[in-house]
Amino acid sequence: MSDKIHSTKFQDKIERNVFIMFIMLAVLLSVGGLVEIVPLFYLKGTMEHNQHPEIVWNRKAGQTLADWKAGDGIRPYTPTELSGREVFIREGCYLCHSQMIRPFRDENERYGHYSLASESMYDHPFQWGSKRTGPDLARVGGKYSDAWQRRHLNAPRSVVPESVMPNYPWLEKNMVDPERTQATMSAMRIVGVPYTDADIASAATEVRGKSELDAVVAYLQVLGTMVKFDDAVSYRD
Amino acid sequence: MATAQVDDKYNFDVVRWFTVMAIVYLVVGTLVGVWIASELAWPVLNFDLAELTFGRLRSLHTNAVIFAFGGCTLMATGFYSVQRTSGVGLWSNKLAWFVFWGWNIIIVSAVITLPLGLTSGKEYAELEWPIDILIAVVWLAFSFNFAMTIANRKTSHIYVSNWFFLSMMVMITYLHVVNSLAIPVSLFKSYSIFSGVQDAMIQWWWGHNAVGFYLTAGFLGIMYYFVPKQAGRPIFSYRLSVIHFWALSFGYVWLGAHHLQYTALPDWTGSIGAAVSLAMIIPSWGGAINGMMTLSGAWDKLREDYILRFLIMSLAFYAMSTFEGPVMSSKTVNALSHYTDWTIGHVHSGALGWVAMVAAGALYHMIEKLWNTKMYSAGLVNLHFWLATIGTVVYITAMWVSGIMQGLMWRDYTEFGTLTYTFAESVAAMHPYYAMRAIGGMIYWTGGAVMLYNTIMTIRHASSNPSVQPSTRATAAA
Repeated sequence: MSDKIHSTKFQDKIERNVFIMFIMLAVLLSVGGLVEIVPLFYLKGTMEHNQHPEIVWNRKAGQTLADWKAGDGIRPYTPTELSGREVFIREGCYLCHSQMIRPFRDENERYGHYSLASESMYDHPFQWGSKRTGPDLARVGGKYSDAWQRRHLNAPRSVVPESVMPNYPWLEKNMVDPERTQATMSAMRIVGVPYTDADIASAATEVRGKSELDAVVAYLQVLGTMVKFDDAVSYRD
Repeated sequence: MATAQVDDKYNFDVVRWFTVMAIVYLVVGTLVGVWIASELAWPVLNFDLAELTFGRLRSLHTNAVIFAFGGCTLMATGFYSVQRTSGVGLWSNKLAWFVFWGWNIIIVSAVITLPLGLTSGKEYAELEWPIDILIAVVWLAFSFNFAMTIANRKTSHIYVSNWFFLSMMVMITYLHVVNSLAIPVSLFKSYSIFSGVQDAMIQWWWGHNAVGFYLTAGFLGIMYYFVPKQAGRPIFSYRLSVIHFWALSFGYVWLGAHHLQYTALPDWTGSIGAAVSLAMIIPSWGGAINGMMTLSGAWDKLREDYILRFLIMSLAFYAMSTFEGPVMSSKTVNALSHYTDWTIGHVHSGALGWVAMVAAGALYHMIEKLWNTKMYSAGLVNLHFWLATIGTVVYITAMWVSGIMQGLMWRDYTEFGTLTYTFAESVAAMHPYYAMRAIGGMIYWTGGAVMLYNTIMTIRHASSNPSVQPSTRATAAA
């Protein structure tokens, strides 16, 4: 390369030294991420429960996860639901089913109230998805009976002829591993999900003898049912 | 220069192996793609086997094409062009071989773990934590070797292709490390330390910049070396490449938020993402023009140089998809296009049209240089070119139609104010387009298979002609 070609002196300097170029890049490339990501951890407006604390379950001392009733507010998943969620992730369901309803009329009528950020506050990792080859599942809980869900997971086309979803016949044969459920709950607690010692201790008995199908159905049936929405309230600005 | 001398000066054996593996993974990765595309058209192909279901194979497809094919291409072209532009051999040949074996072990681990359902559940970052750690180590070894080779260079300035490679290396390190932060519960299962909205933003900061840096900046590095080389002309504008480089590096980082518009991500974040996305058309087209105009005064070369055709066609697709991207990230269009097949079409116009085409051009160029020969059959290169072009067009057209149709069907209302279509009706309407997409993918795959055959024949031919080839070549070609 010719020594004469340069646009500015500084650019010339950068082009002559790989370490200066490296440092320039390291600084420049961090800006966008820092601006967009870091504020999400501290800006109060990000999570709706800062303004609307009633959407999170206010668990009293001594209460177990079983004391929660639908609509009481966002809570950690029960051991069975959590095991179902693990199966959901393992099978890659999120690649075809979103869990994020946008605030549009058609989506609200088809799927329900738009999703809140707080609703996935205990989701490690998030499962919002990016594609709807199948319908959104953010509020699928309670829309179909357990029996329908089981039949659908076993053989989707037996209930929805147009479906292109795979059959999942192995789910009812595989059993949930209680030790793994407990390990998962402990890991969740490390990353901030408020499970108590009692929750984790009682998990083994709860999931023992349950199939993966039972667990997935429990997970699907709780999706979107935790918050009781007040139509008069605007949860997001 | 005789090849033996070239081999004394440069470390090309490792480049040869990366080149061959890139083509092998192109064929494998697109085959998995064709398979899962067919599963959506004909679900019976899932065969009720967990390991073959769409949900598990889809991440194998994305990992195979991005990290196996894309990665080997970047490592082959990166290690090749950094030596050529610096006028020195690699800083460490041993470290380069460590990168080769390390990267291939990662790929094999992905092929084993993903069908077994061992996944972190984050799109495009599905591999579990032990593999993630290995990726970080190998990636840093690749980057360090690359940067140290530049530091040893004989030239006064660092050539522009190397800027883009360096930018990719820094950014991918950031992205991979932050996005993969997780708490392990067992040897093959971990959970993201982030949740919900923060996890979503970090994931798409990663997701879009895997596209922006791995598949764009890195492949622009390829473009800046191989287009001028194959055309035999200097790059059109040095100043344009300076602007292209800094604007693209700075801007791309912000785009992830446009994947989350109208979601529970705060509006300010999505809007910044959309605004910067719109502005990105300037550096993107600047780069495309810079590449294409390099041919000015030499357009006639396209008539007989099939390799150059790949490079120029890739720039046309690059320009097209970097126009489409900003359009799709504008809020109005995104409201329709998000969650639909249009996104899949957009990704593939970039991946099949831009990434894999510029890669094919660069790989063909390198094969001729590395084995000091001509391609076994120029006709087959031409056939590959047309199969790739037609396959891409069939694929993306099918996805445009199905994506826009889905979006319109989902939001359609009857005169009585009720939703016109059930979701299942929209699924049924997709069938012909899913079939067409699978056929487009199959055409594209055939092109890749032709390339593999042509490459094997070229290498065999070159190594069986000792008059042309020094015998040292035979070992590498075997």
